[in-house]
Amino acid sequence: MEEKALLRVENLHVTFEPKARAVRGVSLEIREREVHGLVGESGSGKTVTSSAVMGILPEPPARINMGKIIFKGKNILELEEEEKRSIRGKEIAMVFQEPAKYLNPAFKIGEQIGEMLRLHLGMSRSEALERTLEILGLVGLGADKRILNSYPHELSGGMKQRAMIAMAISCNPSLVIADEPTTALDVTLQRQILKLIEKLKESLNMSILFISHDLGIVREIANKISVIYAGKIVENAGKEELFEKPLHPYTKLLLLSIPDPEKRGRRLKSIPGKVPDASSVPSGCAFHPRCPIAEDICSAEEPPLVPVKAGENVRGLHLVACHFTGKKWIE
Amino acid sequence: MKLFIFLVKRFLRLIITIFLVSTIIFFVIRVIPGDPAAVIAGIDATDEDIEAIRAKLGIDKPLALQYTEWLQRVAIFDFGKSMITDQPVTKLIMKRFPVTLTLAFFGILFGVIIAIPLGVISAVKRWSLWDYLGMAMSQLGMAIPSFWLGIILLLIFAVQFHLFPLFGFGGIKYYILPSLSLGFARAAVILRLTRASMVEELSKEYIVTAKAKGLTERMIKYKHALKNALLPVITVTGIQFGYMLGGAIIIEQVFSLPGLGRLFLTGIYQRDFTLIQGGVVFVAIIFSLINFAVDVMYSLLNPKIRIQ
Repeated sequence: MEEKALLRVENLHVTFEPKARAVRGVSLEIREREVHGLVGESGSGKTVTSSAVMGILPEPPARINMGKIIFKGKNILELEEEEKRSIRGKEIAMVFQEPAKYLNPAFKIGEQIGEMLRLHLGMSRSEALERTLEILGLVGLGADKRILNSYPHELSGGMKQRAMIAMAISCNPSLVIADEPTTALDVTLQRQILKLIEKLKESLNMSILFISHDLGIVREIANKISVIYAGKIVENAGKEELFEKPLHPYTKLLLLSIPDPEKRGRRLKSIPGKVPDASSVPSGCAFHPRCPIAEDICSAEEPPLVPVKAGENVRGLHLVACHFTGKKWIE
Repeated sequence: MKLFIFLVKRFLRLIITIFLVSTIIFFVIRVIPGDPAAVIAGIDATDEDIEAIRAKLGIDKPLALQYTEWLQRVAIFDFGKSMITDQPVTKLIMKRFPVTLTLAFFGILFGVIIAIPLGVISAVKRWSLWDYLGMAMSQLGMAIPSFWLGIILLLIFAVQFHLFPLFGFGGIKYYILPSLSLGFARAAVILRLTRASMVEELSKEYIVTAKAKGLTERMIKYKHALKNALLPVITVTGIQFGYMLGGAIIIEQVFSLPGLGRLFLTGIYQRDFTLIQGGVVFVAIIFSLINFAVDVMYSLLNPKIRIQ
């Protein structure tokens, strides 16, 4: 047996009142020490999925109607609130998109990290202080007391995101969910933060669920990628496999929309139309109104996510949900 | 250095405020009909008598001269002598001020004790029994005039149950009922603000972070949200306290407390120019000082303000 599954999401359904079907049967598997990229346009259900895993969906209006979230062999949806709480932040931690908003403006960075150590690991104030300094060093904020005693607004955008990451890794979680952690940052900072996440993953033995709308960024960090569209996974494969042999038309079009230095000067492809609203998801394959190869069957019947037999050098499974896999392809 | 500049700026602002207030009140009371000399002389007095008194009071001099003299005296905090009783205005005010200060202090204390916990609970448990209770209370607090509440409190606790003295002036027990009647209206305002502020903070993104960190509900609400929510509450409470230090004319009347409000009211009846002028400037100074104290407190609690 190779690496065990750390997290398995099975057929997860989440609706928002009154009738928005934000997540319509997502299944995912994240193995130990894997960096799993979850890619999709905004509104496709990435954040709802991760919030469900994290247990921070606003319920109501959100509701988990169906499915399992199995973490380390236990379905966390069935746990008592107190047990869920002790997993949050300690075993599964989260890094948010906009650190400026997601850090509390009224507390020093040291306190915002330290309180987790005291709560989850039962450290004393002085132990927590020592460990906080260590963590700040790990994320490249320097192990001195200056940052410890700073308020979020006194830090730059990049430093804030590092502080956010410090908070996430403070209790040595086995899974970190990074929800568009670089989107609010400028390009040079993006690179630095990606490098940092990669380095931390290696040294701390974590798995990462990396959520992004940007396949280009996911390519740099993930080893496995799931593509999500209108609340459903449409393709899942190892990174190389997905980039070399995309099988879903949506994935293919996403790949074509990544800027490529070699094709500089030419017009960038974009996908016509937009992600359907969660309250009016098209029938059949939700992508059919935007799909260049769609036929009648696509609007009538929803294609299941099934393994395909692909090229020789395939490692792991390659799953795709399309009626025309291997039969028809975009020129 | 920043602190020094801050203090100097604040001091200059205080000076300007005092100057403006002194000027405005000086002219305003002289526009109001009524002559202090006539009040002092009584109804039988002849025109000569009144003229003599005017000369003695110095209000026969040209207005410009009176004004410059007044400003000079304000500059050294000498508000002159009462035109009616001939006692120094500063002394009259200082004799009454402790009464008003005590009343304001307990008033705001009652207000805060009722309003902040109830406001926080209302926000945390929205649309619960507590919330309805809080909303009902703040509606009542705003609608009920404090003198009416004062009278009702007297009827119940002084007349019926003899728990508190009916009137008079002495120890703390004389302040409880008037402070309650004053504080109730303050509580109404503070309660609404606390609730609104807390509701807003609970919907902020950092609350999601706090949840994702696995903090307990209690830590999320009473640590992370509350500290942010209290900032505007502190400002408003401070300003309310400042208002109350100007004296509570009606409540002092209802409970026959010898506070600033009654002193100033008597001054106005008797056209005691010096007393009114001095009183208004005094209140302006106190109000400015309270504002300053509130700002300092706010900056201590709000890290974002401190560096500016």
